[in-house]
This record gives sequence, C-alpha cells and structure tokens, in this order.
Amino acid sequence: MNVLAVRDLHVHLGESHILQGIEFDVREGGVTALLGRNGVGKTTTLRALLGLVDRRGSISLAGEELAATATHRIVRRGVGYVPEDRDVFAGLTVEENLRLAERDAEPRYDLVYDLFPELKERARQPAGTLSGGQQQMVAIARALLNENRVLLVDEPTKGLAPLLVTQVADVLARVAELTTVLLVEQNLGVVQRVAHDAVVLDTGRVVHVGPARELLADRAMVHRMLGVG
Amino acid sequence: MSTFVLLTITGLGLGALYFLIASGLSLIYGLMGVLNFAHGAFLTVGAFAMWFVESKLGGLSTLPRFLVGALAGLVVGGVFAALVELVLIRPLYRRHVEQVLVTVGLGLATTALVVAIWGNDARPVAYPSWLGRTSTVFGAHVPNDRFVLIVAALLVLGGLTAFLRGTRYGLIIRAGVENRAMVTALGIDVRKAFTLVFAIGGVAAALAGVLGNVYFTTADPNRGTSLLIFAFIVVVIGGLGSLRGTAVSAVVVGLVQQYANYYASSGLGDLSVVLLLGLVLLARPRGLSGSLA
Repeated sequence: MNVLAVRDLHVHLGESHILQGIEFDVREGGVTALLGRNGVGKTTTLRALLGLVDRRGSISLAGEELAATATHRIVRRGVGYVPEDRDVFAGLTVEENLRLAERDAEPRYDLVYDLFPELKERARQPAGTLSGGQQQMVAIARALLNENRVLLVDEPTKGLAPLLVTQVADVLARVAELTTVLLVEQNLGVVQRVAHDAVVLDTGRVVHVGPARELLADRAMVHRMLGVG
Repeated sequence: MSTFVLLTITGLGLGALYFLIASGLSLIYGLMGVLNFAHGAFLTVGAFAMWFVESKLGGLSTLPRFLVGALAGLVVGGVFAALVELVLIRPLYRRHVEQVLVTVGLGLATTALVVAIWGNDARPVAYPSWLGRTSTVFGAHVPNDRFVLIVAALLVLGGLTAFLRGTRYGLIIRAGVENRAMVTALGIDVRKAFTLVFAIGGVAAALAGVLGNVYFTTADPNRGTSLLIFAFIVVVIGGLGSLRGTAVSAVVVGLVQQYANYYASSGLGDLSVVLLLGLVLLARPRGLSGSLA
C-alpha cells in the first residue's frame, strides 16, 4: 500500500521550472530513496511536499490531498521533516529545541534518548554550540518525538565524519522499522544499506523508479543517472 | 554632581521611553521581517485613547481617572495593533515592499485622522500630582515621572523576558526569530505568534504613549511619528530582533542624547545619536547583539 502518492508536481522558483510534473509513490514502511545529481530538485521535492515552496499538482497522503494544505497542517497530519542543513535553533537549548517540536500528547522522549543518549546529557546546552553530528541528532530527534506516517529526511549524512555517517545510517535503519521514510541521500552506501525503493530525478523529472538494490547493482545505470561509479 | 545625576536619570527615563516603543518594533521585525512604520501609530492611538477616556471621566478624582485612562490606552493600543496585523499585514505575508507601503500609509493616516478629529494642538492630560513633583537624589531634583518610566521599562523588559523564556509562545517567538520556516515545519501555526507579537508590541507602544503623555504633560498627535525615528535607531543599534540589545541600546541612546544636549550644545543630542548609529554600524554592522542590521 502506498502512503504517499505524488502526481504532476510542479515548482517554479523565480524564472526556473525546478520540478516539471514529477510523479512517484512511496510504499508504506521502510525507506524510499530520492536520488539524483546535485541541483536536480531533490530538496525542492521534499520542500514542496511539505508546502515550504509554492507548488502545483497532487500530493496524496494515505488518500488525503495535501497540495492546498498549509505546512503546519501537513506536519500535524503526520509528515515529519529533517531538513538538509539541520536547521536547529541555535539560540535555544537542546531541550528547548525538542520541546518546541512536541506535537503528540505523549512525546517519545524514551525513544529519542535511547537513540541519542548524548542529547540528554546536553539538554541545557545551546544547540548552536553543538558539533555538526550532534546538531544532526537534534534535527532527527525533533522529528522522532512524534508519531509520523511519513518522515522526510534530507541528506542526513551531509558533512559528517565517516563514523557519524555509520551512526546516522544505524538510526535510519531503526527509524525505518517505526515509520515510512522518504530519504534524500548522496551517500550510496547508506542508501544501499537502508533503502528498498529508489526514485531518481534528473532536471526536474523522474527518470527511474524501482528497487534500490537493483539500481545500485547496475554500475552503468548508476553512472548514467547519478554521475558516480 | 547634581547636574550629572539629573542628566543621567533623565537620560535613563528617555531611554526607557525609547525601549517601550523599540521592544515591540524589534520583536516584530525579528519574527516577521516586517519593518513596521505604523508602530508610532500604536503609541498615538494609546496616548489619545488615554486622553479621551480621561476627558470623559471628569467627575472622578485624578488618580482613578489616570488609571482608567491608562488602562484604556493600553487595551486600545493592543487591540489596534492586533487588528493591523490581522487585517493589513497578514494578507501581505512575504510581500515586504507592500508591507512597508501599507505601514507607512497607516502611520501617516492615523496621525492625519487624529488631527482631523481633535486638531493639531497638543492636549493636556490629567495625572497624579506626585508624578509632576521631584525627588532629591544626590542633590539633584529629579521629576518623579522619570522613575515611573524607568520602572515601567524594567517591568516590561522583565515581563517580556519571562514570557519569552517561560512560555510555549515565547519559545515559538524565539525560534521564529531565528528560522520562521522551520517553526512551521514543526507543525506550529506561526501566524498566531505574529498576531500575539503585534498585540504585545502595541501594548508596549501604547504604554509609551501613556507615559509620554505624563513626560511631556500633553497628548500630541505627532509624537508617535517623531519618537518612531529614535525607536528605529535604537533597534538598529541594538541588533534587529534582540530584546536585550534593544534595552542596552535604548539606555545608551537616551544618555548620549541628554549628555550631548547639555555638555556640547543644545540640539546636538539628536545629531549625536545619528553619529552614534553610524559609528556602531561601522564597527558592528549587525548591531550590538550581532543580528543583521
């Protein structure tokens, strides 16, 4: 069953036609990877799903149309978001960052502190003074505090040291057991480990949909579509 | 010595008046990115609501007239500001040029409307006689209303700080000042915070209008416009969106203005404040608190 269905989604930013009618589905459970070269519209797709940029088309969350819905209402319907640049509130403490994200009556602090025990120790530390990896923990923890039908995660390993990349991949694997994840990720090792489906974008269009392992096993296709390998 | 004390306390009182106007201005810009040129109108509306209510309560003694009038000024100022946000600013969300045009127009129109109804002359207001007397501090005879202004500004600073630090809406506003889109992406309807910040800013500006009536002994339709210029200077020096920076900046501006007027030459106070603005922007382009000016 599909939890998310995107049809004929367009986004214009200034004079540029960034998304040119993309269409794809996200299966319930597990991780669907949204792949493509830099600048093809992956981040814009996540921002469009969330209503952070003006868009046209159809976005269906478990049968419910979201294309005309305001961002805060989309989130309250169960769409979590971990942004590309973490976007933690630097002047707020770790605890305040998490408190701000509370939506559910019983936020899942047990889960969050189980995944990221360091955040409990640093609860009173301003988030702006954390390392990049720690800020990524806060960004993911904010999204995990509440139950989501789908979690949009944008390049969670970007700029992290190899050890932290492995830790983030571990967390994503665990999160995928709890909820559906739509993941934008450049690190194909992480994609190979956690994703079951892959959607590939190129210049604002979907050019491939299929099992992630099949795609990544075909070096010629990876080279042609993603420019690596 | 007594002259210096008098200048200092008067400067602090003037700084307190600036802070009352600038605090809301700074929060509104920090959260919403709106340069609210209508903020002086909130002061004018509050000041004239106070004067109007007072004038209708002629049968009462001065203290209850003053208190009821002041309360009316604060309520009207807060409601007016909230309505401005709901009716005029909200439809122009993200359209900053139109926001500037609308707020400039509203500021001018409010003053013109007050002048059209009650005339251009300043109206004397009634206030408890104690406020018009002086207290002696280190030999200086300081008007009591300066102390009231300073205490009011400290209470507003303390109240706003407690609100921003201790409540969920305060948390939303502090986060929204940093990254409004991300607050929305956490499922929070940030527009409610916009209205609330406008209302808070309106009440603080109206309080400046009420206490300005006492400081200058009259309600003047042009006061909001003239004080708004100094409030903008205070906000830019302090750092846009920073309450603490605004408080420090207001004190500095008030003191510099007073000292320059007395020790340099009468009338140099305003010029010295503009020079101070230039120096601060050269040394710290983001203002004292580091926010982008």
